[in-house]
Amino acid sequence: MNHFQLKGLKATRTGFGEGVLEGGRKNNNVVVIGADITASVGLDGFAKAFPERFFSMGIAEQNAMGVAAGFALEGKIPVFATYAVFSALRAADQLRISVCYNNLHVVIGGAHAGISVGPDGATHQALEDLAYVRALPNITVFSPCDATQACKATLSALFEIKGPVYIRFGREAVPDFTPSTLEFIPGKTQVFNEGTDLSIIATGHLVWPAIEASKILSSQGISARVINLHTIKPIDEETIIRAAKETGCILTAEEHQLHGGMGSAVAEVVVKNYPVPMEMIGIDDSFGESGQPDELMKKFGLTAENIALNAAHLLKRKNN
Amino acid sequence: MENSIEHLRNIARSIRIWVIKSLAEAGSGHLGGSLGLADVFTMLYFNVLKHDSQNPAWPGRDRFILSIGHVAPVFYSTLAHAGYFPLEELLTLRKLGSRLQGHPGKEHGLPGIELSAGSLGQGLSVSVGLSLGFRLDGLDNKVYCLLGDGELQEGSVWEAAMAAGHYHLNHLIAIVDRNGLQIDGSTEKVMRLEPLRQKWEAFGWEVTECDGNNMEELSFIFGKLAQGSSKPQVVIAKTVMGKGVSTIEGDYRWHGKAPTRAEAERFIEEILNI
Ligand SMILES: [Mg+2]
Repeated sequence: MNHFQLKGLKATRTGFGEGVLEGGRKNNNVVVIGADITASVGLDGFAKAFPERFFSMGIAEQNAMGVAAGFALEGKIPVFATYAVFSALRAADQLRISVCYNNLHVVIGGAHAGISVGPDGATHQALEDLAYVRALPNITVFSPCDATQACKATLSALFEIKGPVYIRFGREAVPDFTPSTLEFIPGKTQVFNEGTDLSIIATGHLVWPAIEASKILSSQGISARVINLHTIKPIDEETIIRAAKETGCILTAEEHQLHGGMGSAVAEVVVKNYPVPMEMIGIDDSFGESGQPDELMKKFGLTAENIALNAAHLLKRKNN
Repeated sequence: MENSIEHLRNIARSIRIWVIKSLAEAGSGHLGGSLGLADVFTMLYFNVLKHDSQNPAWPGRDRFILSIGHVAPVFYSTLAHAGYFPLEELLTLRKLGSRLQGHPGKEHGLPGIELSAGSLGQGLSVSVGLSLGFRLDGLDNKVYCLLGDGELQEGSVWEAAMAAGHYHLNHLIAIVDRNGLQIDGSTEKVMRLEPLRQKWEAFGWEVTECDGNNMEELSFIFGKLAQGSSKPQVVIAKTVMGKGVSTIEGDYRWHGKAPTRAEAERFIEEILNI
């Protein structure tokens, strides 16, 4: 088992902002398009450091997405980030046609994803963004597990990927645990804990609880593999198929609707290649609501305890 | 590349004829708007835009962004007449495997397309981004964006118009095809656009209205635009849907229709005899 050193609590949006700032220092083609909530999505650092490369578009996300496409046509490396409900969903058609159909290198940030947005409630909790963006041709979709990884994923999106990239991140400060030496390879998942009885595939904020769940399971004599699926598209079929073959069942965990989310993406790979029993943890066809992030995570079953509970249940199915 | 008005009229005539031919061959597509815009396209590609059909990626070119993708037939016909590809290829319009997609699709490899577009309300935003990009690089390339009048009902157009005004994008020129019609009928009945000039002015644009089917007037207007402005500029070009074919002129039912082969023959005959 990997023993991660908990470095503290830090929001993935902060990691995203650090990545964009570093990217802006490295390459002056990086431009940022803002939609009013600059600081809230972690882009105030860039805006202060490079005001001439920061373009405020106001609360007009459809236009902002098109403007980003225009910058990309002119050889710039545009970053457009706002809450995921607006970047992935409000500007959905602009993302589809102006960005993806034209296969333009635009980095799109989906902030405040998931139920852990908290008190703002359902309107601002993006729970459907992955279902939409992962269906778009040409796009790469990242869902980093902590702030350190969010920073790396952002730099990868800026300088390694050629076409459109969507990066999903959250609002709340969450465990920052991946070592700075851990390489981020797009499309290559990370096995955080080798295990033989079952595999837990998690993404974003659910990766840390998955690691915690594996400890609970370990105390019950169950050996759980933990996989960090940080790239939703293109999906790492090889690691998923290997998990199906070697552990015989898969549990997925995500802060997103079960319909069309990461679990669905994993299931698509599993059923086509090596069907095994699966369970999925996520939001079950409902909107979110107001509350403290930890209260909401508990209410919607997005905790280490619930992951462990579902794992034990899944194991029974596998063994029957 | 100054061309005489008479020469431009001849080009426009040929562009119209090939629009009709390609649509008759395709069996579907948008005839009305394409015919109405033939004069504007001729003016742009033969008298206004800096471009090089033999080097479509020349960085110094002006950018033409077609926001109303459904007038692809006149766009393609113009590109072919300007030497981007052979005229005969126009007869592959809308067919499987063709580079001439129903709405412009860059990934199919047709030279001269800057942007795959056709979902209404997106081109002006992309043009704003392009203009800001040129400005950031200290370049003075112009960006021309062609919009339909019905398209102006899309709210995103006004988001883009607001941004262009806010950033004083004086190298951005929008052209509105003001034919007064859309699929369901008169724009003013479907959703009122007037007072259109005042709307653009309120968003910080310099507005010019003109007869979009009058080559002399177009020549004069675009010549004036070239002198520059401190604001983004919009040309509201009043055109007649179906221009050149008297039996269909101004008839909104020809917005999204293609002629039969027999109709096409009659239409072409009329254009040749003007
Ligand atoms: Mg119209």
